[in-house]
Amino acid sequence: MQQEWINALIGGSLIGISVSLMLLWNGRVTGISGIINGLFSMKKGDTSWRTLFVVGLFSGGLALKFIKPETLAGSWATEMKTLIIAGLLVGFGTVMGSGCTSGHGVCGISRLSPRSLTATVAFMAAGIVAVFVFKKLGVL
Amino acid sequence: MKNSIAALVVGFIFALGLGLSGMTQPQKVIGFLDLFGSWDPSLMFVMIGSIGVHFFTYKLIRRRKTPLLSMDWHVPTKKEVTPALVFGSLIFGIGWGLAGVCPGPAITSLASFESAPLIFVASMLVGMFIFRQLDKIVKFNK
Repeated sequence: MQQEWINALIGGSLIGISVSLMLLWNGRVTGISGIINGLFSMKKGDTSWRTLFVVGLFSGGLALKFIKPETLAGSWATEMKTLIIAGLLVGFGTVMGSGCTSGHGVCGISRLSPRSLTATVAFMAAGIVAVFVFKKLGVL
Repeated sequence: MKNSIAALVVGFIFALGLGLSGMTQPQKVIGFLDLFGSWDPSLMFVMIGSIGVHFFTYKLIRRRKTPLLSMDWHVPTKKEVTPALVFGSLIFGIGWGLAGVCPGPAITSLASFESAPLIFVASMLVGMFIFRQLDKIVKFNK
């Protein structure tokens, strides 16, 4: 238990450092859903950093696969329809709501943005209610 | 070019942080959201760690006139809380609770080369596409 909290704190601090570097270097917010969605607007000069950011995430995943394989893909949902519905909701919702856990939850709250505070309360609350309901329905 | 290399480094560190913290384990995320069941509070420390660092670095970095590798700041400045912001976030939250995965961990988990993350990411991209099409008609942020 204690160790999990420490790992979460260390991992969280790494996330905090990485989004700080993005701000210091590129002057940008590290919002994953926004970075991915922006890839599809195909604006000139705006796609390569987005692509390489995604490559960076993926390579970080590869590194984890070697140093801490237990952190990857162990506990994913197995039902195809669960994955598809959840993916659709996450994609649709994050673009409609202009952000996800990283852009709103980490970057936005850190600069006390009222929009991000609202969004974070909304998706946390929806997540909590969803888990409660899905458990009752036997989906989870 | 420099901006892209910078983004690559940021993405890499970010993914390591996600993995070490437990965010790439959907069952842990669901446990964290299971407030009325067997609540697992450990992921709260991810927020404490990340916001704890960035709250201070944000202020420090914004004292600069410009970022190191860019002419301007690109930080969102919008203030209004719109219905699209709230409804979108609610929809995202439902999906997040259903699979225990948000966009960052989903991309990172593609490196497992298993099918579940791939199906999720493909569906997520379709979800983004559907919203963009709908937005052309309804113009949510106008």
